[in-house]
Amino acid sequence: MKQYLIQKLISLLPVLFGISLLAFVLGILTPGNPAELVLSQGGYEPTPEQIAEMEEQMGLDAPYPVQYLRWVGRVLSGDLGTSYSSRNPVGEELMRRLPVTLKLAACSILLTVVFGIALGCTAAAWQGRLPDRVIQALINVQLSFPAFWLALLMILFFAETLGWLPTSGTGGPRYMVMPSLVLSSASMATAARLTRSALLEEFGKQYCTAAMARGIGRWRLVVRNALPNAVVPVIAMLGNSLGGMLGGSIIIESIFALPGIGSYALAAVTNRDYPALQGYVLLTGFIYVLITLLVDTLSMLLNPKVRLGGKKI
Amino acid sequence: MRHRSPKLVFSAGLLALILLSGLLAPLIAPYDPNAIDMNVKLQGFSPAHPLGTDALGRDMLSRALYGGRTSILLALAATALSMAFGLLLGILGGYFGGPLDMAITALANIFQGIPGTCLMVAIAGILGPGIPNLLLALFVTSWAGFSRIVRTETLRIREEPYIEGLRSLGAGSGRLLWRHILPNMMTNIIVLFTTRVGRCVLSIASLSYLGLGIRPPAPDWSVMISDARLDYRSAPHLIIVPGLCIFLLLFALNLLGDALRDHFDVRSREVKEL
Repeated sequence: MKQYLIQKLISLLPVLFGISLLAFVLGILTPGNPAELVLSQGGYEPTPEQIAEMEEQMGLDAPYPVQYLRWVGRVLSGDLGTSYSSRNPVGEELMRRLPVTLKLAACSILLTVVFGIALGCTAAAWQGRLPDRVIQALINVQLSFPAFWLALLMILFFAETLGWLPTSGTGGPRYMVMPSLVLSSASMATAARLTRSALLEEFGKQYCTAAMARGIGRWRLVVRNALPNAVVPVIAMLGNSLGGMLGGSIIIESIFALPGIGSYALAAVTNRDYPALQGYVLLTGFIYVLITLLVDTLSMLLNPKVRLGGKKI
Repeated sequence: MRHRSPKLVFSAGLLALILLSGLLAPLIAPYDPNAIDMNVKLQGFSPAHPLGTDALGRDMLSRALYGGRTSILLALAATALSMAFGLLLGILGGYFGGPLDMAITALANIFQGIPGTCLMVAIAGILGPGIPNLLLALFVTSWAGFSRIVRTETLRIREEPYIEGLRSLGAGSGRLLWRHILPNMMTNIIVLFTTRVGRCVLSIASLSYLGLGIRPPAPDWSVMISDARLDYRSAPHLIIVPGLCIFLLLFALNLLGDALRDHFDVRSREVKEL
């Protein structure tokens, strides 16, 4: 176990290095001169001397590898640079907003797990019959809904027409209902589909046949016997869905006016605030990698087969 | 060939209908999709404008007919491009193994280490909106997924006895890869392509909605929804019509992917679970 974790952590190093390199390259690709961009915020027109001075101050005259190492050094000490538009440290701003996004993602993961598994179990228990067909159709419908459209339709229906839920902003749990439902819709469908196919696979195994021969009810068989064996691929999928949710949160947070890191990234795009975007890419990359590690470890703990046959790279 | 399932026929038919209406848009659209007429703005359904008009009095039916052209072409191009690249790297890495495989796997892991949409938004945001940058963003974020799946498939096929047999008969690597390994994963690739085009359409739609993809005033479904952000509460048809178009396209593609999976009896777990 300890060895596995150490191995995993070591295999993550090149990935983390690569992500930081990618984020750094994004900064280089920035059109225009960063020094000029910093100085010209707010309509000010800097002189060439001022720009040259700023370039030196920002270390832009050094070769790229040196710039990269300096940048990594700053990042490791917690300094993600200063936002062009607000002049605030990017790191602080991201950390202040991160809890909103994490809360949204946590609610969505919860909905994904609960409803995804419940739908998958129901479909598998009534395989080929009406509930199964309805759920399978629902899965395809959910996977085909663009999140932004679903969000607008829900606002139209639940907020404007019925007046049940608030349209946007933050507050009590009611403010999280629509955003997390929209954000979890697609992954809920994927989880349901996975649960269903994993359960059907289990049904083909001898222990299930034996249990059925003893006269165990279908539902009891699903929940008590087959589900614990079928749940591993669903958990393994959650890491992926979380990546999708971090990305999807950009749209959801902007539609529902939630002050998380997704809406921060979108504002950074509008303001051409490149340090903020760079910091955002770096942060989401790191979170995603760590969550993947967590999920891998969890599915290994749940299933020794993954560990024994685990030559997967 | 096995029996064609109703699902296959239905999804292929729906997809053909959508593609055909996009293709024939210049012939069948009743109005110029960009013609502004402020006298008839924000109208509901009427004989003159069957699907109503938007805030600038543009005909919704004409815009909806034109609305899929750019994103469908773009999705096909981006998927083909990233698939070709991912296929090449995946098959080479899987077949030859060793340091080459390690390098390719590490590269793929890095690109998959950042959630796709986050990276896409960052790329489109830094390079600015526009079709070439959108294409680049889609390519950068999707090749790694293909490469990983193709690699796994290559690893599996490489160990099959008939490959061993062919090798002992003197078949070279090039011949094995091109004539035997690649054709053997073709059904997987077809299914993968169908589902991924759908996902690509979804990404393009999301980015265009955010103003980072296809730009107004282009007649595009997502742009139409994005344009309607101020008026949709009083005129819901402004988002219902284009949204339904995107939904139907995605639904057709998802269903077709599903039907093809059943039709070809795809066994690869990774292709199955998309």
